[in-house]
Amino acid sequence: MLVNFDRFTFNLETMMSFDIFVMQAFGGVSLFTVLALMALGLAIVFGLMGVINMAHGEIMALGAYTTYLTSLLFQSYLPDFAGFYFPIGVVLAFGVTFLFGLLLERGMIRFLYARPLDTMLSTWGLSLILQQLFRQVFGAIDVNVPTVSWLQGAWHVSDTIQLPLSRIFILFLTLGVAAGLYFFLFRSHWGLRIRAVMQNRTMAGAAGINTANVDAVTFALGCGLAGIAGAALTMLAATGPSTGQQYIVDTFVVVVFGGVQSLLGTFMSAFMIGQMQSMLEYALSGSMAKVLILSLVIVVLYFRPNGLFSIKVRR
Amino acid sequence: MTISKRNFLKTVATAAAAAAVPSVLTMASGAASAADPVTVGILHSMSGSLALAEAHVVDAEKLAIDEINAAGGVLGRQIKVIVEDGASDWPTFAEKAQKLLVKDKVAAVFGCYTSASRKAVLPVFERYKGLLYYPTYYEGLEMSKNILYTGQEATQSIIPAVQWLAKEKKAKTFFLIGSDYVWPRTTNKIAIPTIAKAGGTVAGEEYFPLGSTEFASVINKIKAAKPDVIVSTIVGGSNVAFYKQLASAGITGKNTTIMAMAVTEEEAIGIGADNLVGVHSIMGYFQSMKNPANEKFVKAFKAKYGKDRVVGDTLEAGYISVYLWKLAVEKAKSFDVQKVVAASANLEFDAPEGKIKFHPTNNHLFKHARVGAFKADGQVEILYESALIEPNPFPKL
Repeated sequence: MLVNFDRFTFNLETMMSFDIFVMQAFGGVSLFTVLALMALGLAIVFGLMGVINMAHGEIMALGAYTTYLTSLLFQSYLPDFAGFYFPIGVVLAFGVTFLFGLLLERGMIRFLYARPLDTMLSTWGLSLILQQLFRQVFGAIDVNVPTVSWLQGAWHVSDTIQLPLSRIFILFLTLGVAAGLYFFLFRSHWGLRIRAVMQNRTMAGAAGINTANVDAVTFALGCGLAGIAGAALTMLAATGPSTGQQYIVDTFVVVVFGGVQSLLGTFMSAFMIGQMQSMLEYALSGSMAKVLILSLVIVVLYFRPNGLFSIKVRR
Repeated sequence: MTISKRNFLKTVATAAAAAAVPSVLTMASGAASAADPVTVGILHSMSGSLALAEAHVVDAEKLAIDEINAAGGVLGRQIKVIVEDGASDWPTFAEKAQKLLVKDKVAAVFGCYTSASRKAVLPVFERYKGLLYYPTYYEGLEMSKNILYTGQEATQSIIPAVQWLAKEKKAKTFFLIGSDYVWPRTTNKIAIPTIAKAGGTVAGEEYFPLGSTEFASVINKIKAAKPDVIVSTIVGGSNVAFYKQLASAGITGKNTTIMAMAVTEEEAIGIGADNLVGVHSIMGYFQSMKNPANEKFVKAFKAKYGKDRVVGDTLEAGYISVYLWKLAVEKAKSFDVQKVVAASANLEFDAPEGKIKFHPTNNHLFKHARVGAFKADGQVEILYESALIEPNPFPKL
């Protein structure tokens, strides 16, 4: 699904050979999966619960730092298995951020449910606290999270087409997370409870569902997904106290563009934005591509304020 | 109006006390002025996307201050330092610079890394007649009466880099990629005619915002263009993403000639030395230089901050800035900014990077340009050392 502006298609054709086109298309898909992974956690929290979590980026950073600590642990105590640290790091990142989400929800968020502005403000304050905490504990400088040897380099599809292994991994990780999320939300009892509470809280409560527990688990799930995203991103970029701030804007744009209440919308918007950004960056420069994407988002939101896919739900 | 005796006595007592206060103060300050410490400021980004490159320069400057204090201080006065964090945000730099000059009344400021931060504080220093020692390599095209530039400018960095690449690596096509602000853009503006004069062509010129982390598209462009050399003016934390993504696309320092204009031993720690093996760098100083002044400096730095710490070009320049200030103050026998700047002309110093001296008129240093390549341990193997280059911030291209 490529958005074709005539002028740009012309540019692409004259500038790209087939090999480059394949690598660019893969780049777009990879960007889509990165954005989707980051946005899923936020979409769950924002969309299903109506909680605006400004600390989402910092929770991603928390996942990244957990992966960093896992790599240090393996280097010190299990150097022979150093190559295995990464999958364990991802799982631990999920665990740590899930627990953190539970504590956060019980300790702070649940007092602010009917007050969106206060949630924004308090989670913004939390993001500042977390950033400073990272600075204190890990230092102000970015830390090096080594990429495991089996994910370094690229898959040489042909002599001229190379697809980076780390991005292929993230692709499959996102598919796995999406599948897991689907099964959890639509095929398990917890998912049933979550959907019930989301659709009609009072009725769900009357039916015997413990809405307080459901809220806690939903929020923790969103945070856990952010943790997985943070762990995956250590392969692509720097891990430092301001890592969260670098990703939060893109993540919010993807969620709002797709329609706050729709997980499918989040995926579609991540795909559109990912492909467009990749193609535009090739045709123009990095900064101009960003400008065009954000302008497009503004225009679309002007005509469809609830995002691309807004589901009308009786509340 | 009748004045009661009580009121009268109260008023007289208050007036007498008020009159006595100034004389008490002057007595106290008069007695202590000779041993008063002199305050200097340090202004660097200790947080944000530039922290990777800039935060540790503070450590090198503090080391110099501690050494000078241990040796008796400047003009018999101990140096007191106030450190401010610019937080990778240019308005914050300007604000903190003003605070240091106006509120703290510092005698000199050692600070700034990006040209953007320096441009932001320049009007502040000129307005409040302060003195800034700027220890970072930059693009030139500037000469302020209130700034002493202790880092390389373009004729000591990008120009010899292009010439070396054209001569040693027989490079004909250059791909220029950088962060989007004044230094990379101006450096490339200077590089393009230099490349043309050396018989080469520019295969691409791309810019990315500071802190950006997505380089997949431009890496594909680089693959399509197949340049002889990539000249990177990417600055700060973005370098981590850039070299990691280059490596996963199969482009490394071992199979491609990459000239990193803004990567020192410092950034190599965050980037990961294995991502940088074979990548070239051009600086005035590398930690691996062998001379007595450098061995003493590296030993003192590691003793104070830890044996795993490294020093890069900007740290060394920060260190010598403090010593150059001390020497200028002692030559001028005053802390007055104009006198210190005047005394800096032709000032010589035995630095860890070798013997350096100030130019008589343009506030810059004579420097050697050194080209090296990164090794697996994060240190740089020096491949080439130029003759001493006279600084010329306004070269004819």
